[in-house]
Amino acid sequence: MTIKLGVPSKGRLMEKTFDWFGARGVSLTRTGSEREYAGAVDGIDGVELVLLSAGEIPRELKAGRIHLGVTGTDLIQEKLGLWEQQVEPLAELGFGRADLIIAVPQCWVDVDLLEDLDAAAAAFRKAHGFRLRIATKYHRLVRDYLRENGVADYQLVDSQGATEGTVKNMTAEAIADITSTGETLRANHLKILSDGPILRSQATLFRSRNAQMNQTEKATLQELLEALDLDR
Amino acid sequence: MPQKALIRARAAELRATFEAAGATVAETPLLQPAEVLLDLYGEDIRARAYVTSDSLLGEQMLRPDFTVPVVQMHMQHGAEPARYTYAGEVFRRQDADTSRANEYTQVGYEVFDRDNPAAADAEVFGLIHVALADVDVRASTGDIGLLMAAVQGLETTDRRKEALKRHIWRPRRFRALLDRYSGRMTVPQSRQALLDMDAPLQTGVPFIGLRSPDEISERIEALREDVNAAPISSVQVELLDALLDVRETLPFALERLRDIAVDMPAITHAVFSLRERIDAMDAKGIDVGAIEFEGSYGRTNMEYYDGFVFEFHAEGRADLPAVATGGRYDALTRVLGGGNEIPAVGAVIRPEVLLALEGQA
Repeated sequence: MTIKLGVPSKGRLMEKTFDWFGARGVSLTRTGSEREYAGAVDGIDGVELVLLSAGEIPRELKAGRIHLGVTGTDLIQEKLGLWEQQVEPLAELGFGRADLIIAVPQCWVDVDLLEDLDAAAAAFRKAHGFRLRIATKYHRLVRDYLRENGVADYQLVDSQGATEGTVKNMTAEAIADITSTGETLRANHLKILSDGPILRSQATLFRSRNAQMNQTEKATLQELLEALDLDR
Repeated sequence: MPQKALIRARAAELRATFEAAGATVAETPLLQPAEVLLDLYGEDIRARAYVTSDSLLGEQMLRPDFTVPVVQMHMQHGAEPARYTYAGEVFRRQDADTSRANEYTQVGYEVFDRDNPAAADAEVFGLIHVALADVDVRASTGDIGLLMAAVQGLETTDRRKEALKRHIWRPRRFRALLDRYSGRMTVPQSRQALLDMDAPLQTGVPFIGLRSPDEISERIEALREDVNAAPISSVQVELLDALLDVRETLPFALERLRDIAVDMPAITHAVFSLRERIDAMDAKGIDVGAIEFEGSYGRTNMEYYDGFVFEFHAEGRADLPAVATGGRYDALTRVLGGGNEIPAVGAVIRPEVLLALEGQA
């Protein structure tokens, strides 16, 4: 009978999450060999550490298989329909900051705003016979954003990595991706549209609204939230 | 919602009445090639329809409506004139509202007839009207053709008219364009800066991607033409707004539109068509005085309706979706016809909504 806390299993996101909890007196550590995904929680009883891919944490929160989870706002909003009804954001952790943006080639001097992109897409479809391609892995967020802003005559093509290279490789005309400094975009001769990002994301601690808890677990969660200074 | 067997039986009854009215039964596959629907509706359809795929045929969509496959079937080997009916399930993805059905039945009636559009409109509307005679419903109507004619009649450049017509079904973008073209909204700074440059393409950055420098130059030329074009006059914008604001029963709406047409002669023909439609409905014994007309009605629906549009909804039951919807879609037959086209109008009833209303009566 434990409270399950899902944390990204790799890299900087995991280390920074461990630091954030450590600074609040809850020590998270990996146990076993370097390659084994097992962890321990010290400083509070009845909390279990579950190491997961950041991309799977939204799904586990929704299913209620973990009570708490650390992941990016972008992943929560992309992967969960009606996300506010599935999870509650408890704290923004101040790292893993990234913006979901739309970028086009720098040579498109005539395109600076979404309305330019829309007009360019209409002309592109007429000239080439197919809809202007935007490479992304954030299909839902991008599509909703473009619909709300009245952009038409585009298509989303799936790109799970090296998205910035798709324009040069002629598999897309524009991209929608996460960026923190914009350096990779510039290196690939791309520029960000000026309307502002689709979404500002950072690592955030979420609580599942669907996870079942008994009295003991409720008490443990309360104790943990107090330790983290998140009790309300 | 009622049980499936009841819905199926009610659907069969409705389809039989449409057969009795002269329609041939049409069957369409549940799986539709996604490409056709994506090219018609754009990427937005993915938010409304279920997409599935395999490694050989690629993406397929669970039929989101019957109209597109019925039109395709007719355009390939249909005799003229033709009337079709069908009954079956359609599938709509619901990511934002779990209370709305993602699978429901439609019974439809579609008319492909060149002869008399007003009579065909009245025929379809009349059949639905009769089918719903025993329940407490109210009809709303509109006419996208009027709006198209009004935009075509604006005194401005062809490019602006094309851009406005392209966004008729996206009211927010339409309004933003209209504000820009009428000078209510200023030219964005980045655009002005671009137009002030002598050689905008000589920026030293490499040309990458499929969109060529010629295409970029053409757009800059189009932008230049646009900033130098005279703004659309406020009188014309007000007339367009007046048209969009019309909200009366059919006979009064016709009066109001005739008044607007005095200052906006471009809609005269479309107003005549509306009068002929009202006369044809009246001749069928429909109480046209009880039917509402809205100038902006039909703009947020699926894009294929481009003329008469209508909907029947239950009085005092905002919890239920429309029990029937329909309209004219001449342009769709052109897009799917591969060079051919034929005037077409149709409508669907949702038998489960009808059953819910009948149970209540």
